[in-house]
Amino acid sequence: MASSDANLPAAAAELGSSYARQRLLDRSFQTATLAFASFVLLLLVGIIVSLFIGGWQALSTFGPGFLVSSAWNPVTDQFGALVPIYGTLVTSLIALLIAVPISFGIALFLTEVAPPWLRRPIGTAVELLAAIPSIIYGMWGLFVFAPIMANYVEPWLQSRFGDIAIIGALFQGAPLGIGMLPAGIILGIMIIPFVAAIMRDVFLATPRFLKESAYAVGATTWEVVWRVVVPYTRVAAVGGIFLGLGRALGETMAVTFVIGNAQRLDVSLFAPGNSIASALANEFTEAVTDMHTSALMALGLVLFMITMIVLAGAKLLLMSLEQGHGGRT
Amino acid sequence: MMKLSNGVNIASKIQVRDLDFYYGQSLALKHINVDIATNMVTAIIGPSGCGKSTLLRTFNRMYQLYPDQRATGEILLDGDNILSPGADVYRLRARVGMVFQKPTPFPMSIYENISFGVRLYEKLRRSAMDERVEWALHQAALWDEVKDKLNQSGMKLSGGQQQRLCIARAIAVKPEVVLLDEPASALDPISTLKIEELIYELKQNYTIVIVTHNMQQAARVSDYTAFMYLGELVEFGDTNTIFTNPGNKQTEDYITGRYG
Repeated sequence: MASSDANLPAAAAELGSSYARQRLLDRSFQTATLAFASFVLLLLVGIIVSLFIGGWQALSTFGPGFLVSSAWNPVTDQFGALVPIYGTLVTSLIALLIAVPISFGIALFLTEVAPPWLRRPIGTAVELLAAIPSIIYGMWGLFVFAPIMANYVEPWLQSRFGDIAIIGALFQGAPLGIGMLPAGIILGIMIIPFVAAIMRDVFLATPRFLKESAYAVGATTWEVVWRVVVPYTRVAAVGGIFLGLGRALGETMAVTFVIGNAQRLDVSLFAPGNSIASALANEFTEAVTDMHTSALMALGLVLFMITMIVLAGAKLLLMSLEQGHGGRT
Repeated sequence: MMKLSNGVNIASKIQVRDLDFYYGQSLALKHINVDIATNMVTAIIGPSGCGKSTLLRTFNRMYQLYPDQRATGEILLDGDNILSPGADVYRLRARVGMVFQKPTPFPMSIYENISFGVRLYEKLRRSAMDERVEWALHQAALWDEVKDKLNQSGMKLSGGQQQRLCIARAIAVKPEVVLLDEPASALDPISTLKIEELIYELKQNYTIVIVTHNMQQAARVSDYTAFMYLGELVEFGDTNTIFTNPGNKQTEDYITGRYG
């Protein structure tokens, strides 16, 4: 006892310095992680600011009219973003209309229906879809898919729906095989693996007992999935859909090949159009005047904004969904 | 009919005959023979992994959701073999309800939680459905607590309320048998007590089979007790006898807490 008492001040001092060292370590660790996290914010703000500065000439010249004008004439330096905005939204919408039900079916089959020996091959095939570079989709779309669309699908759609009052307008014009419809379909195929993989994962995350209790009252697989699994997982599933939408909005290469790159506004889905990403990819090398470059920068800013609005909208939607049914336990 | 050691005959709702159960290649239940008495509470006790839940899950063929699980032998529900390939599993599950270890309210309103199962079998007018929902919630002793918030999500209830909601849900279909798989294991003592009182009430109208880890609970709520060990049914008899004068050394060791 006596000897340890004698050592006490020394021990305390040692302990104190050890605390100080730990405090220092902890603080530097916090600072470092804060720096990494701030880097992301800085990057985000930097990109927005540089797009804004780059696009300022066009934005200040054309004002809000930039968003609603369909003029795009590098010769007279008249620019409006309506055509590519419209093309971006329409192709992404078509992509969602195709990808969401198919992905839902894939995820449903993989988690609830498929025999175990079939799950892995199909799951892997879906994942491999995501590994195909988008340029391959573009080439395939142009050389294989577009002729099929032009020769078979579009004429059939036209004869079937072309005469119907309102939606008939969507299926007018020459079946070129290149335009917003083929672009939307290819986008749909491209986002299927993402949406399907997320839906599969969230379906798998449904507690086993929850599913079993629905089976226990005598529900069929469809009833279990539709009434229990989907409502239980919808918040996460909607998140997956929006992730797919985010990809579809920004996809460039595949769209460029099949959308037609025409600066004109047409209701018909057969008509060639343009998307923001595609316009940027095609025109930056050819932009001669400052105004043209600036208009493209402004176009990039618009795409950024659309993506942000979609993400914000998704967040709001998710929040209201969670409130609606109390979310998860 | 089954004959107890004291010579009393009682009617059997379920008769298990030579039941073997496999998870893949491994044998989890070995030649089980047991009778479940009509409108009585039968408890299945035993240490973890002894096959209690597995046995319970054969009574509504829940195991068949999993391709590697299979059962051989016979389980007679009112004399019909429910394991025969021709047996209608949806009809079976209407007759044999189940409540799980953890409360599993569906992600919908309290009302819909109850009406969900009923709609699968019956087309009821709105007023008849309202009555059925109220009746089921009364049966589960939950009505007074939720009558003003039937449209609220079932997931917002407390754990004990959720479990009673699940019991109401099982009862709403008007089953003949209710299977309870450790229904109170995730609940606090007061909620547990409520569930036990409820079990006592329910046996007037239903045949109840309860799997439990809690031997006091088995002693409190059940009329008959089956003790299982390593996939075998070691002993079966009326609860009093099993707990006061077990005929088997293993049973005695288990209920006196020497292992398990």
